[in-house]
Amino acid sequence: MDLQAIAFYLLAAVTVISGFLVITARNPVHSVLFLIMAFFTAAGLFVMLGAEFLAMLLIVVYVGAVAVLFLFVVMMLDVDFTQLREGFAQYLPIGMVVGGVLSVEMVMVAVTVAANGAAGKNAAPAAPVADLPNAEAIGRVLYTDYIYFFQAAGLVLLVAMIGAIVLTLRHRPGVRRQNIGDQVARTPASGMKIVQIKSGEGLSE
Amino acid sequence: MTIGLTHYLAVAAILFTIGVLGIFVNRKNIIVILMSIELILLAVNINLVAFSVYLHDVVGQIFAMFVLTVAAAEAAVGLAILVTFFRNRGDIAVDDASMMKG
Repeated sequence: MDLQAIAFYLLAAVTVISGFLVITARNPVHSVLFLIMAFFTAAGLFVMLGAEFLAMLLIVVYVGAVAVLFLFVVMMLDVDFTQLREGFAQYLPIGMVVGGVLSVEMVMVAVTVAANGAAGKNAAPAAPVADLPNAEAIGRVLYTDYIYFFQAAGLVLLVAMIGAIVLTLRHRPGVRRQNIGDQVARTPASGMKIVQIKSGEGLSE
Repeated sequence: MTIGLTHYLAVAAILFTIGVLGIFVNRKNIIVILMSIELILLAVNINLVAFSVYLHDVVGQIFAMFVLTVAAAEAAVGLAILVTFFRNRGDIAVDDASMMKG
């Protein structure tokens, strides 16, 4: 077995095991941490495939943003997670049967495709096509042929950001806030009152 | 034995199945369901990148990038809905949420 095979089997085993632990861990914080590990090892698989840019993107976007967001939400919600595990053992046998059938089917399709499909005849390119680095190759195609899709992806992210803000924004009653409009509209006439006080009497409310 | 396309597709298939199984067995815990969806999308990305490399066509990696974008947006909106749901009801048991009789 050469070094590439050892690395592949190590990364694949860690990915699958941590994926399995994501769905079986009792503590959701552990689930999130195993999810992060699965993302890291999947990034390693991407590097082995020669897709370095996507590997780094996976770490930056998934580990840096999505998984941390999950971690925040899991730690913020004060929920009894043991109660949420009811039915786990009940659904496990049928789930295992369905999952086993699904995975056997998909692996068989994968083997067939790899043996007879168009992709199976090719070997993985040792050097990137036309001596371009991976990121540059992606950039050339992305900004030339897929620029509108790229813009649309940015729009999707914008809509998601606004949606998340709108969904979680709440106006608490009884909180005094600065009202800039009122402050700007205030004039000497409305903000000040001149009272004539007779001497010796003082001022009563 | 050299590592070929089959190996990557098999890993992706197993990861996809784990994601589906996670949705199956964690029916009450919506946080784990969302994480299972992330696992499924990760499996899809592995498939796309593997095919992209073995077909010598970089478009697959671009599509994987778009899948990544949509996954990030989905996680953000899903967790925002979850936080709002928790504020309104005090827990996150999804099978109790039957107000719309869906």
